[in-house]
Amino acid sequence: MTAPFAPLGIEARRLPGALPAWHADLAPSGLRALAEAAKAGNARLVALWGSDETLRGAGFAVHLALALPAGLLWVRAALEREHPRYPGIADLYPAAARMQRAAYDLVGIHARDNRDQRKWLRHGAWPGGEFPLRKAFDGGASFPAGEDRYPFVRVEGDGVHEIGVGPVHAGTIEPGHFRFSIVGEKVLRLEERLGYKHKGIEKRFESLAPEEGARLAGRVSGDSTVAYAWAYCMALEAACDVESPARAAALRAVALELERIANHLGDLGYLGNDVALSFGFAQFWRLKEDLLRLNDELFGHRYLMDFVVPGGVAGDLASDAPRRLLDALSRIEDEVGTLRTIYDEHAGAQDRFIMTGQVTPELAANLGLTGLAGRASGQAHDLRVDYPVAPYRDLAVRIAEHIRGDVAARVSVRFEEIAESLRLVRALLAALPGGRLRVVAGPLRAGQRGCGWVEGWRGDVFVALEAADDGSLHRVHPRDPSWQNWPALERAVLGNIVPDFPLINKSFNLSYSGHDL
Amino acid sequence: MYRILKQIAKTGIVTEAAPATDERLREVGQRLEAAILARFGRSLAIRHVDAGSCNGCELEIHACNSPYYNLERLGMRFVASPRHADLLLVTGPVSANMETALRRTYEATPEPKLVVAIGDCGCSGGVFGESYASRGAVSRVLPVDVAVPGCPPRPIAIIQGILTAISGKSAASR
Repeated sequence: MTAPFAPLGIEARRLPGALPAWHADLAPSGLRALAEAAKAGNARLVALWGSDETLRGAGFAVHLALALPAGLLWVRAALEREHPRYPGIADLYPAAARMQRAAYDLVGIHARDNRDQRKWLRHGAWPGGEFPLRKAFDGGASFPAGEDRYPFVRVEGDGVHEIGVGPVHAGTIEPGHFRFSIVGEKVLRLEERLGYKHKGIEKRFESLAPEEGARLAGRVSGDSTVAYAWAYCMALEAACDVESPARAAALRAVALELERIANHLGDLGYLGNDVALSFGFAQFWRLKEDLLRLNDELFGHRYLMDFVVPGGVAGDLASDAPRRLLDALSRIEDEVGTLRTIYDEHAGAQDRFIMTGQVTPELAANLGLTGLAGRASGQAHDLRVDYPVAPYRDLAVRIAEHIRGDVAARVSVRFEEIAESLRLVRALLAALPGGRLRVVAGPLRAGQRGCGWVEGWRGDVFVALEAADDGSLHRVHPRDPSWQNWPALERAVLGNIVPDFPLINKSFNLSYSGHDL
Repeated sequence: MYRILKQIAKTGIVTEAAPATDERLREVGQRLEAAILARFGRSLAIRHVDAGSCNGCELEIHACNSPYYNLERLGMRFVASPRHADLLLVTGPVSANMETALRRTYEATPEPKLVVAIGDCGCSGGVFGESYASRGAVSRVLPVDVAVPGCPPRPIAIIQGILTAISGKSAASR
């Protein structure tokens, strides 16, 4: 079966699984034309990564995942063993710039015409010229800390000075470096440097049995553990051509929506805190804690880690669990309603929120801004709406969309998504299917591939998975929505005052761990 | 303003009792003398360092400040600089790219100082283990006084770990 990708000039093969996903092989020389046609057709870039195919008698490969109206298109271009090179696409898709740099650091494939050829994830952890995701590289190797020179872009001019922040930050925040160029107290330029948390996740996957990978996937970004575990399991189940039972799919969606509610509650608390409304922090974190404790009682884990497992879910809900969950969610809904009124009417908070850290819809479209930040900037994309898989197919999810793209819009999206998630959990629990919780997800056969794509609370979490000839994991690439959104933060702060950076940063709340891998 | 006051009055005080200390969490014997611990007393400055976690442990460290746990009423507060800190709260595994920053943070913390490692990864490297990019447990890089397991450890376990780190031998026999 071939896909309606005629405008792109390629023949694609439908991948197994519920997700509308397609795969195609392409010559590297065709990559540019494909990317240009995709861009012209408003396709979004989901991911770009590399792989080592030398054990299969080939060279290397570069992979692209594109979001098209028909579904997800996964394209692979084989590259030579000596001097693996491909034409860069960062001029068309700005988010590709860092992905191309990471693909070089990890696999040693080189994007021609990438204006920025600096290292990205490597820092000093391993020597240049060594590539951890090459099969010959020993994942257990340890190198003495190497020198880490990194040429930041310098802004010069009258009265311009630099502020360097991080990697260790002033609060309980993940590590990363921010280099501000400042005039007076306004931000003239921000340059991010990430990669501090790189801990070898992709290499680690290749040493795990396929069913063990879900636990690691659930820790790529702990705040999105349900989204990652589900995306990984979706990819594995697709590759094995099995489907999780209906009851498991419904419970996965309940867990995913509870994860969204919990994270949005926490963020709304911190967004209050960052504008000196500490009342908001205390109230929202009380509600979040109530939900976490109930999660613990009903699912056995406060953050629902390891609930989603290959083939289904790890446990069932007790018979009184739906009623308890519904009671608790009603209380949360009432209180969130009261708190939204307080936030909306609080002149001091709104003064800080409105027109702060703006990303216009045009800029958002150009940068490929995704997830809740994208929806606050007019990018009305949500996988639960665009490519709904079970159980979302029957739920008619309502998308939250704003166009102002400021902190206030990102606050509003969170409030509206809490309300929608509450509705979804109610609908799911009211029609919870019976039956089995889990099927066997296996065996994984040589060369099988699958992908998982799940709308987490931050944005779309993507996992591409490919089996080796012996049925082990050949390559697993998890892609956090933060890859798309970190570059937009650099733009959102321009012209804002330095003291608003923490507020703007929090309003995006991007993952460092999910990005650094 | 009326709505805020009404909501505060309606909520009341939700803070719960603090946990007891647990000597099993100790990696090494108490290194600090009783006189120093007495001086820390009920005023402890904590510097959190994320040395490479998945950010799950950070969620629970944040929760320690929620009204249910209210760490500050125990006299403990998170500070913005290691130079102000008595105790480093380190989540791991320690990524190779964070090793230098972690060491520098430790060096910048004035003596006497304590280190509490948080989470399965901070204790042993956890699901990430040791690799080209991960040094594993925090104790592979810094001297660790108390290690709190869990994935992630609950807020009450984190607070218990901190209280154990600053408790003397007399507190252990309580």
